[in-house]
Amino acid sequence: MPFACIFVPDFPVEALLRAEPELRAQGFAVLEGKAPLQKVFAVNKNARRAGVACGMTKLQVEACVDLVLRARSPLLETAAHAALLDCAQSFSPRVEDTAPDTIVLDLAGLETLFGPPPKVAEDLAGRASSLGLEAQVAVAGNPDTAVLAARGFSGVTVIPEGKEADQLSRLPLEVLFVEKPEDRESEPILDTLHRWGVRRLGELARLPGIAISERLGQRGVHLQELARGAASRTLVSFEPPLVFEEAIELECPLVLLEPLACWLSRMLEQLCARLRARALATQELRLALELQNSHPLEVAEFPLGEDQQGRPFPQDSKRWFQRTLRLPVPLLDSQAFLKLLQLDLKAHPPGAPIHKIHLAAEPTRPRTAQNGLFLPPSPEPEKLELTLAKIAGIVGGDRVGSLALLDTHRPEGFRMQPFVLRESPSGSGRNQENSQNSSLEREGRSTELVTALRIFRPPLAASVTLREGKPTYVSSWQGEELGGEVLWAAGPWRSSGDWWEKEGWARDEWDIAVQEETQIVCYRLVRDLLRGRWLLEGTYD
Amino acid sequence: MSSFPLFPNMPVRAVMPKSLTLLSERLAAISNLTTEVRPASRLSLRPAPEMVSSGIREIDALTGGLPRGCLTEVCGSPSSGRTSLLFATLAAATKRQEACALVDASDVFDPVLAAAAEVGFEKLLWVRCDAPIENSQPRVGREEKSEAGKNSARRRKETPLGQALRVTDLLLQSGGFGLVILDLGDVPFKMTRRIPLTSWFRFQRTIEHTPTIFFVITQEPCAQTCASLLLKLQAQFLGGSPRAGGKKPSAFCSALSAKDGTAPASLEGPGLHSVKEIPKKSTISGGFSHTELLEGLHIQTEVLRSRLERKPARSLTAEFISQSVRAG
Repeated sequence: MPFACIFVPDFPVEALLRAEPELRAQGFAVLEGKAPLQKVFAVNKNARRAGVACGMTKLQVEACVDLVLRARSPLLETAAHAALLDCAQSFSPRVEDTAPDTIVLDLAGLETLFGPPPKVAEDLAGRASSLGLEAQVAVAGNPDTAVLAARGFSGVTVIPEGKEADQLSRLPLEVLFVEKPEDRESEPILDTLHRWGVRRLGELARLPGIAISERLGQRGVHLQELARGAASRTLVSFEPPLVFEEAIELECPLVLLEPLACWLSRMLEQLCARLRARALATQELRLALELQNSHPLEVAEFPLGEDQQGRPFPQDSKRWFQRTLRLPVPLLDSQAFLKLLQLDLKAHPPGAPIHKIHLAAEPTRPRTAQNGLFLPPSPEPEKLELTLAKIAGIVGGDRVGSLALLDTHRPEGFRMQPFVLRESPSGSGRNQENSQNSSLEREGRSTELVTALRIFRPPLAASVTLREGKPTYVSSWQGEELGGEVLWAAGPWRSSGDWWEKEGWARDEWDIAVQEETQIVCYRLVRDLLRGRWLLEGTYD
Repeated sequence: MSSFPLFPNMPVRAVMPKSLTLLSERLAAISNLTTEVRPASRLSLRPAPEMVSSGIREIDALTGGLPRGCLTEVCGSPSSGRTSLLFATLAAATKRQEACALVDASDVFDPVLAAAAEVGFEKLLWVRCDAPIENSQPRVGREEKSEAGKNSARRRKETPLGQALRVTDLLLQSGGFGLVILDLGDVPFKMTRRIPLTSWFRFQRTIEHTPTIFFVITQEPCAQTCASLLLKLQAQFLGGSPRAGGKKPSAFCSALSAKDGTAPASLEGPGLHSVKEIPKKSTISGGFSHTELLEGLHIQTEVLRSRLERKPARSLTAEFISQSVRAG
C-alpha cells in the first residue's frame, strides 16, 4: 500500500515567497521575535549559502548584501498550509495533516486514476509548484518512510518495496528529529548517538535491537525501526474543511488602489489555483481590508461577526472595510475577479491606508460549461459580469439590471434587481425559434400591439388652463417648451391607493393631444389630487 | 541603338536577355492576375442576413423582418409609434428566449405597459442612462479623494447620450445578446446628428457576422449608410368612444371636424390621413370602463432604406394599429 509525503523545506520562507515569488532568486531570511530582539527563524538556500543561519540576530544579518528580511507571518503560513492540504486532497481523499510543512496521503487505488506512483509523485510536485510551493515528494510503502525520504531527499523520490533500509541508510540522523528543530540540539538521544559515532540512519539500523532497547528504551527501538523503514502505523485521516481564504499583512500600508490590485491579483491566483485543485468554483468573494486609521466606516455589506457558515470574520467594524462580490454563476477566472474587485473598489474606495488584506472565496460546484448547439444567443457569464460592472461604473449600480414589477397600482411600481441570465429551458432554441417565427407569420402578432408610453422621470410640472373642467391649454418645460393648445382630451381616469399609509396617492389621468409647433403629440396629463398640481407624466408613442 | 527603357543607363546588349526574361515573367503574372482577380461586375453578393420577426405582422410582411447582425434604425417624431414597435420587438425576442438589452438614454421605459405587451423581464437588461446628479458620495480617504472626485465629476459631466453610447459599445463588444436596443427617441436631433459616423460604423462592424440585432430609435435618421434597415413611422391616434349610447368609436380626425368644421392642416401630408373606419376595440379587461381614454395609435411605416434586391418603383408602406392598455 503506497504512501506519498509532501514536504516543504523552509516552510516559513516558502509561505512568504508564495506571496512574493519574485524574491525567490534572492537570499531570504525570516525573522521572529519582538524588536530589537529579533532573530533569524528560517532561511532559504541562497541565504544559507551566504552564511546566514537560524538563530542569528537581525543586526548580524543586516550586514549581508542582497538579503531580504521579512517578519514571520502566521497568516501566510496558515494559507500555505491550507494550500498544501488542497494539493493533497486533489489526489486522495485520505490525507494526514502530519505537520504544517508535511502532508502524507494514501495512494491506494489511485493508479487507475493518476497512473503509477512515480507519476503521481511528479504530479504532486507539479501541483504544489503551481500553488506557489516548492515541495519535496517521496513515495514509500509506509507513511514514516515516506516522511523521512521526503525530508531527506530533494526533488521526487520513489522507494520500491523492500528497499527502504537501503535508501534511508544514507540519510543523516537529524531527519528523525525535524519536527522540533529548536529542540534538535537538546535531544538527548541524538547526543547519545553522536557520542557513539552514529551519524546516519544506516548505522543506527545496523545496531543490535536488544542493546538499543537496553540503553535507549522504547524510544530508541522506535527510532531504529524508523531508520530501517520498517515502522508501520495507521494513517490518521484528516478531512480539512472547505475553507478558501488568503490573507496577507503588509509591512507598509497601501494608499493607492493600483498596488492593492497587484496584491489582489496574486491572492486571487492562489485562491483560484486552490479551487481548481479541488474541482470547485466560487460564487461569492469576500474582501476585508484592515485599515490603518480607526474612524468608523458605514460601508459593510456583509454582516459582521460571522460569515454564512459561522466562521469567524473580522468583527471590528471600525478597522475593517468589507466588500462582498456575489456572482450569479460560479466562476473561476482570477482576471475577471480582479477586474470586478477593481471596479467595485473604484466605486467604493476604502477610505484609509490598508494594513492587512483578507480574501475569502465561498466554494461551490462549477457550472456546466457547454450549452446546447441550438440554444438562442446568450452572453458568456464572465464577460457579462464584467460588462455589467463596467456599465455600473458609468451609470451607477442602481440603474442597471432587470425589472421586477411590484404588486401595486402606484405609478413607478417596479424595482431594479441584478440581472441574472438563467439558462433557457430545454427544448427552447433555434429550432423552436424557427417554429415561433413561422407561427408568428401565420398568426400575425400573437398578442395585441400595445400603445407604449414614454415616461418623464420625474414627471414634468405643467400649467393647465381648464374650460368646463377639461384642459384646453397645457404648457411645461423640459429643456425646451412643451405643450400647446389641447386638440382633444379624454378623462379623467381616477385612481388612488395606499391611503392608509403615509405615502398615499390619488390622481386623475387625462389623455390629451396637443398641437405643438410642427406636430401633434399625445400626452398623459395627471392631476395630483393630494398636492393639487398638474403633471405631464409621459408621451404616448 | 537606344537603351532599354526599363534600365536607361545600361547598354542594351548587357541588359537584353535578363530584362526580357523579367518582362515575360511580368506579363505572365499579369495574365494570371486577370484570371485570379474577379472584376467588380462579377463580385458575389454578400449573403443575405438571417431575418427574424419584429413582432408585428405588417412590418414583417413589409421588410421580411429584422436582420440579424445588422443595424436597424427606426425614426419618427414623438407619438409616432416607435416605442410601440420597440415593445413588440422586445416581446418577440424575449419569447425566443434571447437575451435583450435596452439602453435607455432618457430613462423613459415604462415597465407596466411593457409587461402588458408581454415583454419577458427575466431576459431583459435595462440600462437607465439619464442619471440624476448624486448628492451623497461614499466617504473617501485623503489619498483616494482626488480619484473618487474625478470619477464623480466625470459622471456628472458626461451627458446621457455619451453614457448611452459607451454602454452600447460595451454591450455590443461583450456579445451574446440577441437584441440590443439604443433608445435615443427623446434625444434632440441636434445632439444625435453629432454622433460621429465612425461610432455607427464601429457598432455595425462589431455586430457583423453575429446573431445580434442592433435596434436604434431616433427622431431623425442618424446612422446613415450604416443602417441596413431604416423605417420611418408616423401615427394618428384613435380617440376613445363614448361610453353611453353605444356609438361607434370615433377617430380623432372626425372629432376635430366636428369641433371646427375642417380637418387640421397638420394632419395632412405624407403618411397622415384621416382614418376612415376604425375597428372597435375593447379594453384589456374586456369591456368599456367608466371613462374612455386614448384607444390607440394608427401607425404608418415607411421603408426608407433596406437591403432589397430590386429598387421598388414606389415607397413601401404598411399600416397597423396599436391598442392602449390601462392599469387598474
